[in-house]
Amino acid sequence: MTLAARVIPCLDIKDGRVVKGIRFQELRDAGDPVASAALYEEQGADEIVLLDVSATPEGRGNALQTVRAVRAELSIPLTVGGGVRSADDAADLLEAGADKVGVNTAAVRRPGLVEEIATRFGAQCTVLAVDAAATEQAWEVVIESGSRRTGLDVVEWCEKATMAGAGEILLTSWDRDGTRDGYDLALIAAVTDAVTVPVIASGGANAALHLVEALESGASAALVASILHDGDTTVSALKTALVDAGIAVRP
Amino acid sequence: MTAVAMVPTGTANTASVKAAFQRLGVALSEVSAADDVASADALVLPGVGAFGAAISQVDALGLRRSLQDRIEADRPTLAICVGMQLLSPASEESPGASGLGVIDTPIARFGLDLTVPQLGWNQVEAAPESRFVESGWAYFANSFRLGTLPEGWVGASTEYGGEFVSAMERGHVLACQFHPELSGQWGARLLARWLADTGVTT
Repeated sequence: MTLAARVIPCLDIKDGRVVKGIRFQELRDAGDPVASAALYEEQGADEIVLLDVSATPEGRGNALQTVRAVRAELSIPLTVGGGVRSADDAADLLEAGADKVGVNTAAVRRPGLVEEIATRFGAQCTVLAVDAAATEQAWEVVIESGSRRTGLDVVEWCEKATMAGAGEILLTSWDRDGTRDGYDLALIAAVTDAVTVPVIASGGANAALHLVEALESGASAALVASILHDGDTTVSALKTALVDAGIAVRP
Repeated sequence: MTAVAMVPTGTANTASVKAAFQRLGVALSEVSAADDVASADALVLPGVGAFGAAISQVDALGLRRSLQDRIEADRPTLAICVGMQLLSPASEESPGASGLGVIDTPIARFGLDLTVPQLGWNQVEAAPESRFVESGWAYFANSFRLGTLPEGWVGASTEYGGEFVSAMERGHVLACQFHPELSGQWGARLLARWLADTGVTT
């Protein structure tokens, strides 16, 4: 027996509501976060990821409220990211009920942030969220919800951040986000070959087959959003398909 | 202090522990002094982050002796994750830091060929004589673990590059390497069984 592959529903949160867009734009309402998280847990979700996409001071306060409300109901792990700029921001989220904290843009601007959070709260609690855009040769880190390219090589950045203490990587293909074209498998393989921490594949899932491909490419977990929020499938249906493909999951 | 108290071993994750007990109808209070450890009807010793940091926090609060006494006296105690590891005398994670030494076996890192931390759900095989733990799936978040079951304890085991001790119990003391507070309904039932045994009414 070994560790089960994880299916992780992701809820993008804005002003206390779940939203979903395409390549981080054109956000549309996708429900109540507490009800959605509880439903997904009931369907067999292995964890829940909440991403605060509001990026405003008011939004941050709302996000903490949402984290508290979700935590009160949820008995599986909760990762929260979005707008985390300091170890104190991470502390606020943990105190509200997150188990893991994701850092993205602020860590690119100030790489010491990963180490600060990992030193204070542990590697198992420090998730590096990376948004990757394909270039001709490889992948480049993009920040500020994909609006700014950085020139930073994704694989190098993941290696550096894990050395600094990141215990998990949430790897989003910016090109595939919300498109339903399937995960970027070459990206997943490149990053999982380079690091020893678990990698969560994100961006592009449309069918169970896509999850199978991502997990077979080296990912430890697959993030899903649009296909669940739109009611096209359920976590339990996805897990049944994974089992049929010979992948071990928690029943 | 009465009822169920929690040792503040660090900021991370204690909200989840509190929420899990809240769902069972129990409000956890926080320990602030050694007397609280001695007087609590039931005590939770959570832990995340590093072994050294967690035991430093215990020492900073002056709780080392009272925790050792409580566990030796078989008072209802639940140790979670790094909290379980603190029962050991030492860990490879923090050379030089000395744990509570309630058991003799030190904590070691998982093999270097594995994806570490172990983050996710793994299968727990409980011993038939276990009073608290039933076999099932539990959520883990650890890079270090106890390799062999100490004498006098009933254990549960899990495979990750070889077997390790995923839980152990002795009398009213239960130690879990996994996170029962994050292990869904299976975890909630485990917490409920431990609570029922403590005699604390919910």
